[in-house]
Amino acid sequence: MGENDRQAVLMSGNEACVEGALLAGIRFFAGYPITPSTEIAEGLAKRLPRYGGKFIQMEDEIASMAAVVGASLAGAKAMTATSGPGFSLKQENIGFAAMAEVPCVVVNVQRFGPSTGLPTSPAQGDIMQARWGTHGDHPVIALMPASVQECLTLTVEAFNLAEEYRTPVILLMDEVVGHMREGILLPRKEEIVLKERKKPTVPPEEYLPYKADPDGIPPMANFGDGYRYHVTGLVHDETGFPRGRGIDGDRLVRRLVNKVKDNFVPMVEEYLTEDAEIAVVACGSVARSAKRAVDLGREQGIKVGLVRPISIWPFPEKVIRDLAEKVKAFVVPEMNLGQVVLEVERCACGKAGVYGLNRIDAELITPDEILTKIQEVK
Amino acid sequence: MAVKELLAKYTRMEKLPHIWCAGCGHGIILGSVLRAIQRQNLDPFKTTVVSGIGCSSRAPGYMKFDTLHTTHGRALAFATGVKLARPELKVIVLTGDGDCAAIGGNHLIHAARRNIDLTTVVFNNSIYGMTSGQYSPLTPHKRYATTAPYGNVDHPFDLCELVKAAGATYVARGTVYHTQMLIDLIAKGIEHKGFSFIEVVTNCPTYFGRKNKMGSAVDMLNWLKEHAVPVKAAAKLPPEKLADKFVIGELHRGERPEYVEEYQRIIDGLKGE
Amino acid sequence: MAQLEIRLSGFGGQGLITAGIILADAAIKEGKQAVQSQSYGPEARGGASKAEVIISDTTIDYPKVKEPAVLLAMSQEACDKYIASLRDDGILIVDSYYVKKIPETRARVYSLPITELARDKLGKVIVANIVALGATVAITGAVGREALEKAVLSRVPRGTEDLNREALALGWQLGREQLEK
Repeated sequence: MGENDRQAVLMSGNEACVEGALLAGIRFFAGYPITPSTEIAEGLAKRLPRYGGKFIQMEDEIASMAAVVGASLAGAKAMTATSGPGFSLKQENIGFAAMAEVPCVVVNVQRFGPSTGLPTSPAQGDIMQARWGTHGDHPVIALMPASVQECLTLTVEAFNLAEEYRTPVILLMDEVVGHMREGILLPRKEEIVLKERKKPTVPPEEYLPYKADPDGIPPMANFGDGYRYHVTGLVHDETGFPRGRGIDGDRLVRRLVNKVKDNFVPMVEEYLTEDAEIAVVACGSVARSAKRAVDLGREQGIKVGLVRPISIWPFPEKVIRDLAEKVKAFVVPEMNLGQVVLEVERCACGKAGVYGLNRIDAELITPDEILTKIQEVK
Repeated sequence: MAVKELLAKYTRMEKLPHIWCAGCGHGIILGSVLRAIQRQNLDPFKTTVVSGIGCSSRAPGYMKFDTLHTTHGRALAFATGVKLARPELKVIVLTGDGDCAAIGGNHLIHAARRNIDLTTVVFNNSIYGMTSGQYSPLTPHKRYATTAPYGNVDHPFDLCELVKAAGATYVARGTVYHTQMLIDLIAKGIEHKGFSFIEVVTNCPTYFGRKNKMGSAVDMLNWLKEHAVPVKAAAKLPPEKLADKFVIGELHRGERPEYVEEYQRIIDGLKGE
Repeated sequence: MAQLEIRLSGFGGQGLITAGIILADAAIKEGKQAVQSQSYGPEARGGASKAEVIISDTTIDYPKVKEPAVLLAMSQEACDKYIASLRDDGILIVDSYYVKKIPETRARVYSLPITELARDKLGKVIVANIVALGATVAITGAVGREALEKAVLSRVPRGTEDLNREALALGWQLGREQLEK
C-alpha cells in the first residue's frame, strides 16, 4: 500500500502523543492529572496494559517524575506528562535524571502562567524553564511540535533522543496543539526507526557505569541485569560512586553538557528563507500563524521567510547566525513576553534587527498580527 | 555466617569504612539489613536498594546490589517505578525519619495505601544528622535541636500507626539495642508480600544525644533498652506505665491484595480480549 | 471551496463538541484537510459552549476560526454572543426551540425546529446535535452525506447507531427542505 492509499485519522495532539509513545515502545508512564495534558495520562492508562506496560497515577508530580526515573533504570522506556505547575514541581527529579543519565521523556503541554494562571488557555511561557528549570548546569533537549502529526513523530523522536543521549528529553507542546484535532497519518511500525540505550559490552566486574565512550555517552546496564552498580545525584566518578572534589564536578558536568552539545544537530524547519530579507522565527502553534503570515507577505511581494526551531533546545544557533548575515530583520512572535527573542538577539549579534511580537492574553497570535509586524519592519 | 563472609558477600568492601560518626547506630541497622537479606537468601543480582538523602541514605552505597541514592524524600517514589517496571526484583528502601516522614511523608502514606511490595526500613534517630541536628517529625516534644533551641514545639508522629492506618500490611518497630529481634523483624518484612515497614529507633550521639544531654553512645543504647517494651509485655501493662515508653516488635499484619500483582491481573485479563 | 470555517455553538451538554469532531472526521474521511478546536474551562461549563471546524482542500495553518462562514446557534446566549463574528455573506442556522429572537444580521438565516423534532420524532432530545449536524451539512454542503454518516456511526456510543442514523436522516431532510423552499 502506498502513502496515498493511507487513510488519515482525526485525533488531538495529546492523543497523537499517546500513539507516538506506544510506537516508540513506552512501557511505563507515571503521572498526575493536570489540565491541559490529562488526555495523555488517560490514553496511556487505557492503552499501556494492553502492551504489557504499566501506568500509575502517583500521589503528586514529584513522585511521578521519580517513578519514571526508577522505571527507566529498571529498563523500561518511561514517560510522564504534565503542564505548567506540574512542570515546576518535576524540576528537581529532572535534574536527577540529567545527573544520573537516566533516559526519560517529560511532556509539558504549556498553559498560561505563572502559578495556576489560566489552566485551559495556551501560552509558551515555559521555554526558558525547559532550558534552566532545574538548578545547576545541565544538558537539555526540548522539542516543540507545531501540528498533531508532529506530536506523534516528535514523541517518537523524544524517546529516541532520550535513549541515545541518556538524558531527559522534554516535549514542549502548547495547549493549542495539545487540544486541536486534525487528520494525521499513523506510521506503520516498520516505518519507525527506534533507538535503544547502549548496553555494556564488558562483563559486570569490568563495568564502569559512568565511563563514557568517545561520544561522551556511557553504556547503560539496567537494574537486575547483573551489573550491580550505584546511581546517585551526587557528583560521582566513572565508578558511579560519590567523589567530592570540585574537579570531579567540573569533569562530570562538562561531559554531561558536551555529550549533547557536541553531538546533537539542532532540528529546524526553514521556509522561503533563501532570498528572505525578513525572517520570522516562531515555534509550536505560533509557527502555523507565522507560516500563513509569510505566505501573505510573499503575496504582497515582501521577501519574508520562516525559521521554525523544532528543537528549541539546543537552539539552532547556526541557522540564526547565518541568516543574520543576510536578512535585515528578524520578527519573533511568541505567546509570552519575550523568551525565544533573547536567543535570536544573542545569535544575531546586532547584525540584523530583532523585533518581538508578544501576546499573553490566552489567544493564539494571528497571521494578520505577524504580517503587520513584517510590514512595519520591512 | 561470620561477619567477614557476610561483608564479602553483600558489601562493597572497598567503600568501607563508612562515613557515620563513632557510636552512631546506623551501622547496626545496615548490619541487620544484610543479615536479614542473608537469612532470606535474596539473590544479590535481583535485589535493588533505594534510598533518599541523609545519613541513613548513604547505606546503599556500601551494599553490593543495584543501588539507587535518589533525591530527598523521594526514595519510595523511585522504588515504585523500579518495582513496577521489573516486578521480579526485590526492592528494599532505606530512609531516615526526616527523609520519609517530613519531605517524603506523602510518598510514605501512598506507598502504604497501595500495599506495593516494597520493604521500607526507617533509620529513626529523631534528628536531621547530615545537616547537623535540626528537629524532624519524629523529634519528641520539648526535646532540643539546632532549630528548636527552646525545646521542640511540635509533637512527633507515631510512624507505625500512621502507615498502619494508611494500609501497610506489615508494620514493626525495633531498636539498634535489640539486634536479634531487629534482624528477625526485617527478615519477616522482606518475606512479606506487600508494603512492609520497619521503624528502627537508633541513636545519634553526635547531634540528638549531645543537644539533649543523653550521654555517650553506650548511655543512649541503655536508654533504648530501658524505654523499649516488647509488644507482648506492653499488652499487660497499664497505660500509665507505658507513658514514657515505646513498643517494639511486630505491631501489625494485614491481608490485602498487593499492587503489582493486581496490576498484572489487569494486563493478563486484557490479553484475552 | 478553498476554506470553510464553521462554528457550532450552544450550551454545555448539547453535544456540540461531539458534533464538531464528527464534522471534522467526515472531512478527513473525504480526503480533505480539517482542524477542529473547542472552548474549554469555565467558558465550557454551563454557559455558552462552542466547537469550531475548518475544512479545506489545502493545508490549514492558522487553526482558529475568526470569522466563520457558518454559525450554528443552539441557544439564545450563544446566538447573541457569536453573531457579530459571522461573515456578512455567511449562513446562520438557529434552533427555534431555544433561539426566539434572531439578532440583526446580513447573513442568510435558517430557523429550524431541531430540538423539537428530536423530541417529537425520535423521543430523544440528546440526539439534537446530530439532527443539527445533518441540517447544517445539508444546507452548507460542508461534506458529503456518505462521509458524514460514516463519521457519525464511528463516533457515537455503541448501541446508539440506529438512533443516530435516524437523527442524521431527520436533520438532513430538514436541511434539504429549506434549500428547496
